[in-house]
Amino acid sequence: MANQDNESKAPAQKKSAFGIFLQELGRGSVLVPILAIITGLFLGGLIVAVTTEAVYTTWSSSPLEAISRGVDAALRSYSALFNGSIGNPERIADALASGEGAALRRAFNPFLESLTKSVPYIFAGLAVALGFRAGLFNIGAEGQLFMGAICSVYVGFALTGLPAFIHLPLALGAGALGGALWGFIPGLLKAKTGGHEVINTIMMNYIAFRLSEYLLRGPLQRPDTTNPISPFIETTAQLPRFFDSPIRFHLGFFVALAAAYGVYWLLFKTRLGFELRTVGANPSAARYAGMNIVLVTVLAMSLSGALAGLAGANEVLGVNYTLAPAFSSGYGFDSIALALIGKSHPVGVVLAALLFGFLRNGALQMQIAANVPVDIISVMQALILAFIAAPAIIRTIYRLRAPAQQDDELRVRGWGG
Amino acid sequence: MSTQASTIQSVAPQGTATRRIVMGLVFLGLAAAIWFLFANTTQADLVTTFTLNPGGSQFNFPNLGFTTLPVLHALASACALIGAFQLARGFGRSTNAVLGLVAALFIFAFLSWVASGTSLNLAGLLRATLIRAVPITLGALSGILCERAGVVNIAIEGMMLTSAMVAAIFGSLYGLWVGLLAGVLAGGLLAVVHAILSIKYKTDQIVSGTVINIFSIGITSFISAKFLASYRYLNNPGIFSDIQIPGLVDIPFLGPILFSHNIFFFGMVVFLVLLHFGLFFTRWGLRLRSVGEHPKAADTLGINVFRTRYMAVILGGMMAGFGGAYFTLGSVGRFDEVMTAGRGFIGLAAMIFGNWNPFGAFGAGLLFGFADMLAARLAILGVRVPSEFLLMAPYVATMIVLAGVVGRGQMPAADGQPYEKEGH
Repeated sequence: MANQDNESKAPAQKKSAFGIFLQELGRGSVLVPILAIITGLFLGGLIVAVTTEAVYTTWSSSPLEAISRGVDAALRSYSALFNGSIGNPERIADALASGEGAALRRAFNPFLESLTKSVPYIFAGLAVALGFRAGLFNIGAEGQLFMGAICSVYVGFALTGLPAFIHLPLALGAGALGGALWGFIPGLLKAKTGGHEVINTIMMNYIAFRLSEYLLRGPLQRPDTTNPISPFIETTAQLPRFFDSPIRFHLGFFVALAAAYGVYWLLFKTRLGFELRTVGANPSAARYAGMNIVLVTVLAMSLSGALAGLAGANEVLGVNYTLAPAFSSGYGFDSIALALIGKSHPVGVVLAALLFGFLRNGALQMQIAANVPVDIISVMQALILAFIAAPAIIRTIYRLRAPAQQDDELRVRGWGG
Repeated sequence: MSTQASTIQSVAPQGTATRRIVMGLVFLGLAAAIWFLFANTTQADLVTTFTLNPGGSQFNFPNLGFTTLPVLHALASACALIGAFQLARGFGRSTNAVLGLVAALFIFAFLSWVASGTSLNLAGLLRATLIRAVPITLGALSGILCERAGVVNIAIEGMMLTSAMVAAIFGSLYGLWVGLLAGVLAGGLLAVVHAILSIKYKTDQIVSGTVINIFSIGITSFISAKFLASYRYLNNPGIFSDIQIPGLVDIPFLGPILFSHNIFFFGMVVFLVLLHFGLFFTRWGLRLRSVGEHPKAADTLGINVFRTRYMAVILGGMMAGFGGAYFTLGSVGRFDEVMTAGRGFIGLAAMIFGNWNPFGAFGAGLLFGFADMLAARLAILGVRVPSEFLLMAPYVATMIVLAGVVGRGQMPAADGQPYEKEGH
């Protein structure tokens, strides 16, 4: 990450979080991420159009008819995506007019559910972003998230009779601790032996999967079932929800925003954050300046793991109230995309996480209403990530001029470290 | 497990005192493990029986039977003696070979313990290990091709997954061979994307690999849910049947284990030998490696760095494609969502474990395949070890190797670094 320029502007401490974010975005080009998202969404629609069955059945008789069927299918998908993620405008208007509680809840549920879905994305994205800032590629958010979920669910059901204001922080803390441990190990290996964190975190992912499978069939299994699933957590460990069913919007969203502010504060307002960014930008300079690279690396990986662990904790404490195997849906890879789209800045990560949360939630409606499998969202995410990672593609498509400065670059140092 | 010995032997030996003591303690630890975990829990009169007939052969070997406990004691003592010698004097340069020997003794002890009071088909076990090693080794060979040329490829998993689906669809429509070809080409196509992103646009290679992994999971699950679920005839390719090598298959014991497999196993063996020979004994291989070690020097000598890298990555993708086709056309006979289940990443681990050498990677593939196969059978054998811990073993072993405990691997020097031609 080329943060050197940022360092020179360090005296401008008064800048708000958003100000710094805009400044960083401006150094690249504000246009590129936005155009990347739009292009990705458009190409996703194109895939939906060409995979519509009606296109093939009508192609031989009338190609024009077939094309219009395909466009129709894509438009129907986009509209389902909108209704599913933000809400159906007509329904919202009707609900507001009637003022009836249940109708209002149903009308606003899609929007609030999207926010709920974005919570683990915010945490996991922050985890990867924090790693990037320290020059570390934490590809193990998935495993750290699993460990966080395991620890949280254990504290959640094993401790009983505690008041909520003690039990809930304990359960969240356990999640953070579990994730931190899973980040600490690759961090220590990186700092002490040079073992590359990409390989080690991939390995740790699979160790976490196997461990969770073992635990859910053994020590953590719900007593009255043969299914690999944990007991339900106590109500005192649940993240409180703000509305009645079906709205699942819970306190975790605000915890996530607080975490984003915390990461911002840590990175840009503290000495540790400065050291962390220096180690990330130029390790030799950091060493020359007398910074403790081992300590900074281990701390960065542990903090990164703790954030990913909180993502898992939020899923079990706020949404599922229990732990089943493979409950995570690819947050690990998605979080890399989030950190890159958000330019590793907390504000950017939150915005990108909201986008992913809305897409994921809307995709469910898209599957029901337009018969488009939810997996199309992964395809769109991959395309958006590709365009963000190679801005030259976007510039070529839209004939943008190359910026005077080089793009933010992310470089992985070789496997051996 | 002599292959493991050769795997680790190729790692540059380090003659430090710490390493000598660490290895000695490892040997003693394994001896203690045999003693306390296995021997202590075995009743004195139990007999272990190993069946040596894989089936399908007219020769019948007598079963190998012995009383378990004395053999376990002997194995534990042997390990302890070796450990003591290592602590006192050290084996010097042959330490890694000795480590391989101790590991082999430990595995034999484990199997004897597992089969105490019952019988275990050793020949079937070996055959299954070889089969499980096929996709892992092919994944590792794909990684070696890319990384020896200096391009990190963590997209092996995605390439395999996509190729598995493409092979299933084309195999169902046009026959197995067309399916195989389509699978290989699908892997190559994704590799083109990886190459363009990471060589032309100089995107970070891990990011580019991540793009391909996310895309592959998405597109295969999408097509599977959209089409394969409702049009079953698109997902019924069948599988390649086993080929018996005439003459060789009649060798007692080894014949059925080694010479009666489908095209994917023999393909893997051929690619293994070809790649080893190509990398280390031809001009092509020297150029490829020079581009991965020191691209600027290679460029100065007139080697086209970009073209070499493109070629290596695309060939690597086709290798992953071949490995991916194994899942549908060589093993299961149909495509299931995310069916590769991390085999591509284990392949990556095997590549590192095997020190970026084809035969080293094959050795690691055998080891990982063995763990994989054993985990699947432990439940059937009624063993008291949770299979999940066995499945963790390859990952833990890779992390230990990477940490340099067993000797530091020699990765290509310019791995992961995009090449920038000067004067631009």
